[in-house]
Amino acid sequence: MAFELVAAAISHQYGSLSVLEDISFTIRQGEIVAIVGPSGCGKSTLLGIVGGLLKATHGTVTVAGDMPPDSLNPFTYIFQDFALLPWRTVAANVRLPLEHHPLSRAERAARVADALSRTGLIEFARALPKQLSGGMRQRVGIARALVVKPAVLLMDEPLSSLDAQTRELLMEDFEAIWARENTTGAYVTHNLEEALHMADRIMILRRRPGRIREIVPVPIPRHDRRGQAAERDLHRLHEQLWSHIREEAQLADREMSDG
Amino acid sequence: MADVSLETRNQTPVTFRGGGFDPVARQWVPWLFFAAVIAAWQGASHAGLLDPLFLPSPLQIVAALQELATSGELARHFAASLMRIGIGWIIGAAAGVGLGGLIGLFWTWRSAGLPFISALFPIPKIALLPLLILWLGIGEASKVATIALGVFFPMAISAYAGVDNVPRNLIRMAQSFNVPFRGIVMNVIIPGMLPSVLAGCRISASIALILVVAAEMIGANVGIGSFVLTAGNLMQTDKLMAGIVAISILGLLIGAGITWLERTLLNWR
Repeated sequence: MAFELVAAAISHQYGSLSVLEDISFTIRQGEIVAIVGPSGCGKSTLLGIVGGLLKATHGTVTVAGDMPPDSLNPFTYIFQDFALLPWRTVAANVRLPLEHHPLSRAERAARVADALSRTGLIEFARALPKQLSGGMRQRVGIARALVVKPAVLLMDEPLSSLDAQTRELLMEDFEAIWARENTTGAYVTHNLEEALHMADRIMILRRRPGRIREIVPVPIPRHDRRGQAAERDLHRLHEQLWSHIREEAQLADREMSDG
Repeated sequence: MADVSLETRNQTPVTFRGGGFDPVARQWVPWLFFAAVIAAWQGASHAGLLDPLFLPSPLQIVAALQELATSGELARHFAASLMRIGIGWIIGAAAGVGLGGLIGLFWTWRSAGLPFISALFPIPKIALLPLLILWLGIGEASKVATIALGVFFPMAISAYAGVDNVPRNLIRMAQSFNVPFRGIVMNVIIPGMLPSVLAGCRISASIALILVVAAEMIGANVGIGSFVLTAGNLMQTDKLMAGIVAISILGLLIGAGITWLERTLLNWR
């Protein structure tokens, strides 16, 4: 039976500062929802609340239906800064989430090898993170997420610390993996282009406090977004969404410049 | 086509402005400098510019060192000092890292332990030796306790600073995979605090060396501090200097050992 992630009336405060206010949305199984908005709108805070790393001041996050029984970590994050343990090799980083599960040594090794081969890292299994490029490090982050067979992938700006070319390549990797694994996920980004290429729906947040401005479905199936015609439609949608965000992004920029 | 202008008139080279501010040490320089100082010292002694009673020549010091080494006297004093340093350092370091780790991990320990450390750290530990002699007697225990106390504080501080410096995103990552508390401590906190703890080892090893010499000067018949003090009282300046050189070599060896440990354990940096 399919499941659905339901966030209901989420509000969050840091002291007296209200960061999120009355956020409600659902993510259906197999669906990718991008969360976009200007800096400081609470995107990452919302993702932290969805995955249980932060406790919301108000509201609930629930799962309706049954989660896949073989998932070792239903809500799994991919981090912006990769969050790799620098003293562990690539294989040992990928193995970390399995070490507290009652799996045999052989099964652990098989799962790690499978995750590494799916992300093209098998040759780098013994490398240390410092020996890898940014893109390769994020691949390790992806392999570490895949090794636990996540039910929901929570991605916090996973491409934002990479250069443009690496980002493009990794976007293609993400698309392939998601299509193959029928991934369910929330994808936080400030990059509309990424959101338009990778998400089924785009949730736009306002800032201070973060509230949902609108949730926009992307009308082209994910696997059909690379053609010229699709690019034209996506460009139009990009313009439309950008016009919604632009003013608040400018305000955020000014606020940050002012210090 | 080459992207080079064919225009040849008025060619002015762009001035290089990017040099300097890059003080990379050359390996041969310290040896050369050291050899120059020793040579000058020996030359001054040879010319009669330095009274050997106050400052013996390097060759006299080497001869004294050789005599002390062959007679076994140096080994006897060193063994006593090394035993005190070893036991005191292990006790102090274990207690310091233990308490520092607890302060880094738990708010209760931090609330109670941090003011305690801040209040007691500035006390010169050698000043506690008379009190420790009163409590533990004139034997080994008081000297070992002085060293342990001297080592304890820098190790505790480096340990909790090490825990504080473990990137929070790594802890959140482990939590996001439901890694249990013990797993986070073993796989994230301990390796992450290691650079700071090793830096603490370097500082505390120097402190231990200073304290053992000072403690042995106050209350010991054997040990490198006692040897140096006795040599000074007897105006045996060559032996005194030989003792100081031996302490310096020991310090260098300890430093080299810690450098090796850092290279081995922190090769991921």
